[in-house]
Amino acid sequence: MSHFPLPKDVPVPTSSFTDLLAAVGATPRWDVPADLARNLSVPEGTTVLALRHGDGVVIAGDRQATEGHLVAHRYIQKVFPADRYSAVAIAGTAGLAIEMVRLFQVELEHYEKLEGRRLSLDGKATFLARLVRGQLPMALQGLVVVPLFAGYDALEQVGRLYSYDVVGGRYEERDFASTGSGARLAKSFLRTAYRPDLETTEAVTMAVEALVSAAQEDTATGGPDLRRGILPNVYRINAEGITELSDEELLPIAEDAMERIR
Amino acid sequence: MSMPFYVAPEQLVRDKAEFARKGIARGRSILAVEFDTGLLLMAENPSRTLRKIAEVYDRIAFAGVGRYNEFDTLRKAGVRQADLMGYLYSREDVNAMALATAFAQTLGSIFSHELKPYEVEILIAELGVGDEENKLYRISYDGTLSDERHFAAIGGKAEGLVTALEELWREGMSLEEALEAGREAFRRAEEREPEGWELVVLDAVNGRRSFRRLDDAAMSGDQPGD
Repeated sequence: MSHFPLPKDVPVPTSSFTDLLAAVGATPRWDVPADLARNLSVPEGTTVLALRHGDGVVIAGDRQATEGHLVAHRYIQKVFPADRYSAVAIAGTAGLAIEMVRLFQVELEHYEKLEGRRLSLDGKATFLARLVRGQLPMALQGLVVVPLFAGYDALEQVGRLYSYDVVGGRYEERDFASTGSGARLAKSFLRTAYRPDLETTEAVTMAVEALVSAAQEDTATGGPDLRRGILPNVYRINAEGITELSDEELLPIAEDAMERIR
Repeated sequence: MSMPFYVAPEQLVRDKAEFARKGIARGRSILAVEFDTGLLLMAENPSRTLRKIAEVYDRIAFAGVGRYNEFDTLRKAGVRQADLMGYLYSREDVNAMALATAFAQTLGSIFSHELKPYEVEILIAELGVGDEENKLYRISYDGTLSDERHFAAIGGKAEGLVTALEELWREGMSLEEALEAGREAFRRAEEREPEGWELVVLDAVNGRRSFRRLDDAAMSGDQPGD
């Protein structure tokens, strides 16, 4: 570690870790010739979703990644806590997306340590948009990363959620959002089921049901697999912070959802 | 054109050292005390906003006395260094020893190359993993690096504080006892009451990020978590 000089005079005008990486020359170069990646076969994350409820947000994702028509990973994690009050879920090229999340997590903590306070939820959402936009050259090659961002806004005292597009467009959503191959199916399920006055447990159930519903028709989305014990990743975020739901909590909900949705 | 005066290198180093020492002696002291499950850092600090103790990484804290702008520059460089290493390799690869060496090299080079040395003294504290010992490193204005066991102090009254802690510190003391030992050491060394404490613990019960501020009740509900 001592072979690195202490970055005391690195010209980083902000408290951004991404800018620091660029300043020390540790960011990858994206200048790939056009169409080179078209034939690349890489794992793709499928359906993730988030919904607002009475005192916060619930964010969930299935556990499958596909490579063409094949299952690449059955147990992949696509929902990650970003810090104590927010989470990010990813769909698209898994390798790039997971790395983006890792950078985002370090970025939030880095800012917090340098500045002595946390970024606002809106500030975090804006920064994530910048990371997505940074992937644009890869997106044009077909290696698309589209995240969802959800968190608790301590200032407004509400849960908020944001969806993105490939060019880094950032859209705040009022009720629910979903991205990935099964997003359309999950959204049409949520559109009929959703109410703004949901309790946390109802919101968790609805999130799992929406994933089950998407998995019915989208072959890429992996629904709960009770035989292998694979359950979705679900987090709830409220004023107290972020909590992951345990498999014990999720199992009856998943069993129920699979019984009901056929 | 006037000729510069010749100054013997010994004289130059002595003058610089004396200058830096004077600046540091004016600063209020900081002490670190080991307790049964972690490390306690105490700084006499009347300010609620200008902090002297800060989080660097999961198990590492930074404390500085002397000129605020100078140790804050070093603190930021330390956070950047640690986050870079943790991101490029793994979180376990960030350790206080390497950071302390980097601080020592930086301060040493500033002392010999710059006209004005930094008027700072730094303490790097690292919570040991599992049964591993906790580590405390002191780095002085000229880059001198020393490691301490169980307790350490930096600043104008450092010597007096360490002498007092040699009597007061016991293996396996609780956080409450460590706090009391720190307060008593301060009373003995300074012979006055402190103007406000800045209190921090590194304790594995806090999760991955072991750093917690104890002094600010309003902050405690809004602590950096993981």
